[in-house]
Amino acid sequence: MAVTVKTGTEVRSPLDVAKIRADFPILSRAVNGKPVVYLDNAATSQKPRQVIGAMRAVFEEYNANIHRGVYEFSEQTTAAFEGARAKVARFIGAHDDREVIFVRNATEGVNLVAYTWGRENIRSGDRIISTVLEHHSDFVPWQQLAKDVGAQIVMIDVDDDGRLRREQLSAEIKKGAKLLAITHTSNGLGTVNPVKEIVAEARAAGATVLVDAAQAVPHTPVDVTDLDCDFLVFSGHKMLAPPGSGGVWGRIGLLERMRPFLFGGDMISRVTVEKTEWNELPWKFEAGTSSYVDAIGLGAAVDYLEAVGVANIHDHELSLVAYLLPRLSEIPGVEVYGPKTLDDRVGVVSFNIEGIHPHDVATIFDREGVCVRAGHHCNQLLMTRLGVAATTRASFYLYNTTDECDALLGAIDRAKKVFKV
Amino acid sequence: MDDMYRDYILDHYKNPRNQGELEGATNSYSDSNPLCGDEISMALRIDGDRVADVRFNGKGCAISQASASILTEEIKGKTLDEVKAIDRDHILENLGIPISPARIKCALLSLKTLKGAAWGLPAWPGEDEAKARSAG
Repeated sequence: MAVTVKTGTEVRSPLDVAKIRADFPILSRAVNGKPVVYLDNAATSQKPRQVIGAMRAVFEEYNANIHRGVYEFSEQTTAAFEGARAKVARFIGAHDDREVIFVRNATEGVNLVAYTWGRENIRSGDRIISTVLEHHSDFVPWQQLAKDVGAQIVMIDVDDDGRLRREQLSAEIKKGAKLLAITHTSNGLGTVNPVKEIVAEARAAGATVLVDAAQAVPHTPVDVTDLDCDFLVFSGHKMLAPPGSGGVWGRIGLLERMRPFLFGGDMISRVTVEKTEWNELPWKFEAGTSSYVDAIGLGAAVDYLEAVGVANIHDHELSLVAYLLPRLSEIPGVEVYGPKTLDDRVGVVSFNIEGIHPHDVATIFDREGVCVRAGHHCNQLLMTRLGVAATTRASFYLYNTTDECDALLGAIDRAKKVFKV
Repeated sequence: MDDMYRDYILDHYKNPRNQGELEGATNSYSDSNPLCGDEISMALRIDGDRVADVRFNGKGCAISQASASILTEEIKGKTLDEVKAIDRDHILENLGIPISPARIKCALLSLKTLKGAAWGLPAWPGEDEAKARSAG
């Protein structure tokens, strides 16, 4: 049941935010003489000292290349790296650690699938279903593949609140498609798609389904077994882990049949002049020295998120949306984009102030210590659909507070005064 | 505080000079700043060696649009040699405000568009100033 958020709608946060904030050294810094108010979590998250410490421990205590040395340090680093894989696998509900391939980020994950499974399976005339909610990283690789092989891209629209047009999607799925590449959660608007029912529908119609969960895994419980998709990608840096960490999850049967993405060291089992045999999963897809310290950082981030509870984080973000959304909507000249209700959304709030370009908004916010994203959010298809060039976006995470929402509202007031609107 | 949005800048942003279409334009060019989505198109009427008239259209942030408005005021009636001498530092000096590194391209889009219109050589000022200059 849709709940239109009104002032006075109070949603309690289950988190002890003061305790959480104490784990994030950067949050006690000041920007332009004001306490930093970090509201750009959809772009990247800040890191707790537990993650920073796990990475420092590698460098200070046992660093050596993984899978190679037969000495203690190498064995210890390898164990930490593969331990991180096991943590990630458990976190996203994978049955088998071998289904988790470490990549630099979700973008690399989509490209891995596009260049391997995509090039082996998508042929001239095939249909690829995409949506206007896709981040460029889950659209451009498919657009380029379609161009190369002569496949067709079918776009699914959203309604004016940024919710996917389900009937249109169902109709297109019925017509048949080789691939559905769909975002779990919109980075531009915070919309959460009904992915589970969509996956079931698409797979029943014979499509392979890739889910872009870059904006979902950090903010809401994601279980690949429950979703029953074929591939799922995510980035570590948006979930308290360092940039350079991320993952592709794929069904083991699919991964086994796919050829490798990158060739080189560590991904082989036997090399002769005539031919090369590939290593087992998942290392077949991890050529060269992996960003193993980043992966170990990701493992520590998963520990942190599991201790707090991702469902609690989701509820906390919704409590902030419930606080901010009605207050924001009441400001004359402010237009809010995306879902106006608390259901099926995360803590992303996109808006514009009439008469002020988002980049000017963000610059003035910066003077107030408020960090937001202004621009197209790698969502140009969505911006075109909404009829805007850019928006200002505030995005929450587990350490944000209602006081920070007030700082944002104060910064909007400041911007309106400066621009005299 | 907010020295970047002084009245001078906001005045050019809200009341842009030389905005619109130009009848009898001899040169024109459009460009955008991919980061911000700022857009500027500029049309010139070059008469002999002089910029007889100029108009621009655009949308985007206050810095990009004010910069274009100020630039069009400056070049109207100038010789092409004088226009060619306008560089990155000159634009930033004319704006007269501190521009953060992230916003430099907003400030310079107008000059890039002008170079594209006048000489067909759009280049981010400073990156390729020399090339644009030698090809005059």
